[in-house]
Amino acid sequence: MLLPKDRSFVHPIASEITPRAVFEARRSWTRQMAALAVGLAAPGVLTGKASAQASMSGRQASPLPGTRSTLAGAVTLEKPTPLQDISTYNNYYEFGTDKSDPAQQAHTLRTRPWTVTIEGEVRKPGVLGIDELLKLGAMEERIYRLRCVEGWSMVIPWVGYSLAELIRRVEPTGNAKFVQFVTLADPAQMPGLRSSVLDWPYSEGLRLDEAMHPLTMLAFGVYGQVLPNQNGAPVRLVVPWKYGFKSAKSIVKIRFVDQQPRTSWELAAAQEYGFYSNVNPKVDHPRWSQATERRIGEGDLFTKKRATLMFNGYEAQVGSLYAGMDLKKFF
Amino acid sequence: MNKVLLAPATKPLLFVLALGPIGFLVYAVIARSLGPNPAEALIRGLGDWTLRFLCLTLAVTPLRQWTGWHALARLRRMLGLFTFFYATLHFLAYTWFDMGFVWADIARDIVKRPFILVGTTAALLLVPLAATSFNGAIRRLGAARWQLLHRLVYAVAGLAILHFYWMRAAKNNFAEVGVYAAVLGVLLGWRAWKAWGPRYFMKLGSHNARG
Repeated sequence: MLLPKDRSFVHPIASEITPRAVFEARRSWTRQMAALAVGLAAPGVLTGKASAQASMSGRQASPLPGTRSTLAGAVTLEKPTPLQDISTYNNYYEFGTDKSDPAQQAHTLRTRPWTVTIEGEVRKPGVLGIDELLKLGAMEERIYRLRCVEGWSMVIPWVGYSLAELIRRVEPTGNAKFVQFVTLADPAQMPGLRSSVLDWPYSEGLRLDEAMHPLTMLAFGVYGQVLPNQNGAPVRLVVPWKYGFKSAKSIVKIRFVDQQPRTSWELAAAQEYGFYSNVNPKVDHPRWSQATERRIGEGDLFTKKRATLMFNGYEAQVGSLYAGMDLKKFF
Repeated sequence: MNKVLLAPATKPLLFVLALGPIGFLVYAVIARSLGPNPAEALIRGLGDWTLRFLCLTLAVTPLRQWTGWHALARLRRMLGLFTFFYATLHFLAYTWFDMGFVWADIARDIVKRPFILVGTTAALLLVPLAATSFNGAIRRLGAARWQLLHRLVYAVAGLAILHFYWMRAAKNNFAEVGVYAAVLGVLLGWRAWKAWGPRYFMKLGSHNARG
């Protein structure tokens, strides 16, 4: 590569990043202007909200830089969603079902010590500590689109490496056809487990070839920093061409199996959430359309939704995995 | 209390108070304090306030009967019209910020999503009530027919709570729905008891007497 080494520490679209001091000043200015405009209608209510936001953005995270990925399709040129939005608008039911719950509750998650158990149809099963996992592959920064099954999307600069690097290391046997991902379910750390909305622990799965695809990654960081707890720290899956719930957070077990594993969402509503759950604008969710999506952090209230792309825009890279498959049947 | 309610300033004060929620939401849009998904937050906020004003409107008659604050009656029409106002804004916000005013998509969405169909129906049922809210309409329709028409609000209450229930069903998150359902249940249950209760119990009694 002709890029100088230190480019890896520079944010991909550096010119588009507004320094925190500037955007915070801008926000407080807008707030003041709005307060003037509306007058004395509801002064007390708003100050509380503003200070809550300020305390959230004041969180300090350890750096976790990654070299910009050179993998085809791994770096979209779309504008990344602000970290503030990425870390405050989350579906992580173990910490509550409201989007704002995880950011408020996930501070109870202990991400160290952390181990991931590798078991099933592999020649080298075992238990990997988080520090071993962090060193297992070279950290790359990849800017992926993320499309939630609910109809919203983000653009996220993840830091991690291809899951394939781990899979090769543990040597799956010929019987390994699927990979199951089991995530943490500790009631002492996760208040949301009291709810019976899903069958805990949260579990997801991929076909082995999907898991081996270089775009499928294990992520440890976002925006060059260690993952915030609410985003699935300390290690999560990211499968950019599938709906977000396929990308399991806070993984504690990776199991190689010969049968297609049942996932948590299949167990909850099999007719609504299929095993594949590839992003597909032509196959609607039974209860809503999947043709469009709201890009979080893009523009304002008046910004139109955008068209959802086949395989979330990764058709060139992953389409061949599903050649000849009826994607309506295997949704 | 009746004296306070009859004071000339009461109605204008209620009017200003009832505009508070929309003032707050407009402020929040301008100040960008609605969070990462402002469209969703605005639509849901307007829905919440529609339901709250519906509860307030339906609370007038039972409160009057329980407390003897009969002057509450003069505030009922304004509360009902504010229910309609927030319902209309809720629907408009959905068609605009969620659906971009693409009417073909909106029609498809209404058919596709039962909770949208139910919410739209509830909003539509409020239209004839708002349209006949002035004194002239009562005269023209006759009090009996007018009252019959305005019982539609009970159907609206049922549909509104079903709309909210289905919206939350995906996440098994029923705590808030339960609060509104309990409030509406008491307000409508009280009316049902007033209308049918004594007669029903009398019938039961005479049945038993006949043995």
